[in-house]
Amino acid sequence: MIAPPPELPPRPAGDPPGHDLLEVALGPHHPSTHGVFRMNVILDGETVVKLTPVFGYLHRNHEKIAEHNSYLAAIPYTDRLDYICSMTNNWAYVLSVEKLAALAVPERAEYIRVIVGELTRLLNHACLAGFLLQDMGALGTPLMYAFREREKILDLFESLSGSRMMCNYLRFGGCRCDLPPGWLKQAAGVVAGFGPFLDHFEALLSENEILRARSQGVGVLPPDLAVNAGVTGPGLRASGVNYDIRKVDQYGLYKRFNFRVPLGGQGDVFDRYMVRILEMRESLKILDQALRDIPNGPVMDPKARLRNLRPKPGEAYGRIESPKGELGFYLVSDGGPNPWRYRVRPPSLVNLTVLEDMCLGHSIADVVIILGSIDIVLGEVDR
Amino acid sequence: MLGRGILRGLVETWRNFQGSYYDPARLTTVQYPEEKLPPQENARTIPFLVYDGDDPMAGLRCTACSICAAECPAHCIHIVKDTAKKPDYLGKMQLQPKVFNIDMAVCMECGICAEVCPFDSIKMDHVFELSSSDPDMVLQKTDLAKSNDYFRKIHPTEAAAVDAARAAEQRKAQAKKEAVPGPSAV
Repeated sequence: MIAPPPELPPRPAGDPPGHDLLEVALGPHHPSTHGVFRMNVILDGETVVKLTPVFGYLHRNHEKIAEHNSYLAAIPYTDRLDYICSMTNNWAYVLSVEKLAALAVPERAEYIRVIVGELTRLLNHACLAGFLLQDMGALGTPLMYAFREREKILDLFESLSGSRMMCNYLRFGGCRCDLPPGWLKQAAGVVAGFGPFLDHFEALLSENEILRARSQGVGVLPPDLAVNAGVTGPGLRASGVNYDIRKVDQYGLYKRFNFRVPLGGQGDVFDRYMVRILEMRESLKILDQALRDIPNGPVMDPKARLRNLRPKPGEAYGRIESPKGELGFYLVSDGGPNPWRYRVRPPSLVNLTVLEDMCLGHSIADVVIILGSIDIVLGEVDR
Repeated sequence: MLGRGILRGLVETWRNFQGSYYDPARLTTVQYPEEKLPPQENARTIPFLVYDGDDPMAGLRCTACSICAAECPAHCIHIVKDTAKKPDYLGKMQLQPKVFNIDMAVCMECGICAEVCPFDSIKMDHVFELSSSDPDMVLQKTDLAKSNDYFRKIHPTEAAAVDAARAAEQRKAQAKKEAVPGPSAV
């Protein structure tokens, strides 16, 4: 016979809050944590009173490996940082090496970089919107619609670079190979089909009352906190701060393109979702212009050497507006064949630092969608 | 009206459901084990070694220069030079590998070996169903060697360019040999 549970002592009168707090470990195997990420959440009832992020489960020693390899051999490893957006990771890294070694890039290669970079932004934001809605309980449907479009972009990447996700395509001084015949036409077809997809996607959910009730006013990130914490990317712009590195630095050829930077007003989860939808529409504008204007010519600088690159002693920091925020690579050369110091500035990790501030006072169900709206990839957080 | 957004969304779902029966734009995937998409020409999986002629070991283009092993990001290529040399396609005596192993458990299929090889010897394959019950995933040079005909079949554009460049070099070497008399003729 099972013994009855012991009777709990009666609660004293005037019990201070915090007497029966509950600590919950969300993750690292929780499906909503987008990988192996753990949150130790302390709950008062259902309300979050403290949140401690725990990460490092996917640490792969990326920086030290790159410091012991040649400059060329680090490029495939950058694919594996944010494994959804390998093209933009390549771009940020090769931009730093080009600054360090003072390499030029042919115009056609710059156009190709803009095209693949904006295609990457499309697929990242589409995936993120799908994942976020999945976290909110729209199980499967929006995610599968988003993945259907992503599949078309991945086909483009495969015919261009040979691999769907680990593209390893950009090189310092240009791109690895020229576009295959018919690629631009295929890309124009995908871009032309993406606008209608966005219309359908928005009709599916943007006006959905449940979505609005779940996400409006939840996880508000005030602009001053966002700036002080170093948050970048759509999360910062959803709080109303006009900061886009494509406009600020104008790296590559971004000053040639006509596009706008969507800003949010409230800084809540819904704004972060909407800013990404609007950014996709702006990316389509950039893609239209780039696919129209791309010139013929070489895609590699003839002076660039992939092997035995020994930049002069010095340092360089190259940064781009990756789909998740400011992705930067800091390289120090001592004149040798490998970087003396190699440091990644990952947008996912920095954006994650404000997670507790956004979650306090909300219920545990909201923690999941607030985390989803930050858009993290653990390959980049843990490196 | 409350619920209008939800109804609009349901209309969208219904349209997608119907479209999945007849609209080819919605069918982006195939039923994999029964149906397989042909690989793209640029696709890359694991590396292989190209050989000319009929005998894989005699026609191997590899000269054991070890550039691929040095540049490999994962350091998965292991090469030991042979002491005996063999003539290459220009008739020059070249080194050859005694051991050429690639550890497929470590290889990340990035294609840098194929990119840096100056002899067009190592190229990227299209095979992808590679699971086996053998726990040893190190491929020897006998496993890696594949004919130039196979290379022409999977990468037609690249193979045609390589063949043309090699034929031009061969013609040049031939012309040089005929134009300059050997030391015995002097």
